[in-house]
Amino acid sequence: MQTPETLRRTALHAEHVALGGRLVPFAGFEMPVQYAGILKEHEAVRKRAGLFDLSHMAQFELWGEEAAAWADTLTVNAVATMKPFQARYNLFTNEAGGTLDDVLFYRLPDRLLLVCNASNADKMWDWLQARSSPAVRLVNHHGSRALIAVQGPRAVEILAPFVDIDIAALKYYFCAEAAVDGVAAVVARTGYTGEDGFELFVSGAEAPALWRRLLEAGRAAGLEPAGLGARDMLRLEAGMPLYGFELSEQLSPLAGGQGWAVKLSKPEFVGKAALAAQLEADDYARIAGFVMDGRVPARTGYPVFSGDRRVGEVRSASFSPSYGGRNIGTVLVEKAAAAAGTELGVEIRGTVHGAHVVPLPFYKRS
Amino acid sequence: MAQPEGLLYSKEHEWTKIEGDLATVGITDYAQNSLGDIVYVELPRVGQVLKQHASVGVVESVKAVSDLFTPVGGEVVEINGALEGDPALVNREPFAGGWLYRVRVADASAPEGLLSPADYEALVAEGAH
Repeated sequence: MQTPETLRRTALHAEHVALGGRLVPFAGFEMPVQYAGILKEHEAVRKRAGLFDLSHMAQFELWGEEAAAWADTLTVNAVATMKPFQARYNLFTNEAGGTLDDVLFYRLPDRLLLVCNASNADKMWDWLQARSSPAVRLVNHHGSRALIAVQGPRAVEILAPFVDIDIAALKYYFCAEAAVDGVAAVVARTGYTGEDGFELFVSGAEAPALWRRLLEAGRAAGLEPAGLGARDMLRLEAGMPLYGFELSEQLSPLAGGQGWAVKLSKPEFVGKAALAAQLEADDYARIAGFVMDGRVPARTGYPVFSGDRRVGEVRSASFSPSYGGRNIGTVLVEKAAAAAGTELGVEIRGTVHGAHVVPLPFYKRS
Repeated sequence: MAQPEGLLYSKEHEWTKIEGDLATVGITDYAQNSLGDIVYVELPRVGQVLKQHASVGVVESVKAVSDLFTPVGGEVVEINGALEGDPALVNREPFAGGWLYRVRVADASAPEGLLSPADYEALVAEGAH
């Protein structure tokens, strides 16, 4: 296959090639969709641990005393109330309440670290700059800094020997500034897999050696490199949205199932009035989890019916090892068809196959 | 990697082994590897009469749906029932236990438009880059 020269490479590109990773274009980057196989990598993350390159994701920094207050005017969740070193999920919306991006903020002593989806990196950078404040300095590290994730039940065991702080004591959705194998890093107990795990923000220059050292040392504990294919399966099982599927500029955080993050008690933010009206009317199409009754897999875009009536479409779908090998996914359906237990029909190659609405998530770690 | 001898191959990465008037059909190792983890196989029905090169089913992996084009025409006489409970057999043994279906060919002479092992290997080597 020809690879357009315009595709960007992360600092870990040579590692993926050396590991036999299958590289595909993703959000402007050449990224590994799999190494040994999606199911094997999924199993490694659920039972042991997986190592992910997430350096394609956008890393922005917000500097200045006013940064958190400024971010509060642009996002649905609270930023200024974050404790030092806390991480928090958040969403940017437009005036109509449509989702521009779903993100994570990390509160460091002197700055906020903002991680945006790779697919929205340029749009979000433009959005932030267009609303910039003289009191806030924005820095764009997209593609230059690296992000390595260690995810799985053995993540602490594998990573602890490399880190100069007690990572076992680091709380979920908190971070620290630490040295990892001598490399300055932000170590965060966050992830997108439904497992315990860590995300390591490091310089691009130091990332390859760290990646190799982690993989080498972690192999004995079952650490495997894992690609974007396994990551998508893992996040869907964990009930986590993926921008472009459960969220979009046409889908508000409420519709996308992220209403818990919308803080209408905040004084003002872009999209607040639209979201308040939507919540009040409560008549919008929304995301729900579903499982196919039979063995035929659904795919994104397949039409969804309730009786004879079309009520929506499949948004995400996957075979799910952690949900009994069933075919699971999310649908975007009318409110009346979104309640757990609702019988649905999914049209697959001209035939309607039975499915049911089920509560999210499909997988919760014990 | 050499392709197994004694089989004929299609450009769509199916193989067939013809023994008398029976032809067994499967997908190649290259095909299963390109698809990745196979989670569902939709096969033609026993008794169905297939036209050579027609789309007769699908092979679905975790990431993709792929049409199955039959390299030989004829009446389906048997399907591989083991694949319903274990579609990954196609990944593990594409040329053996992961066969898909058997047809009774109308004309036992070699079907047209298929490739020898050497010609198929050349096709794969070209496509792999």
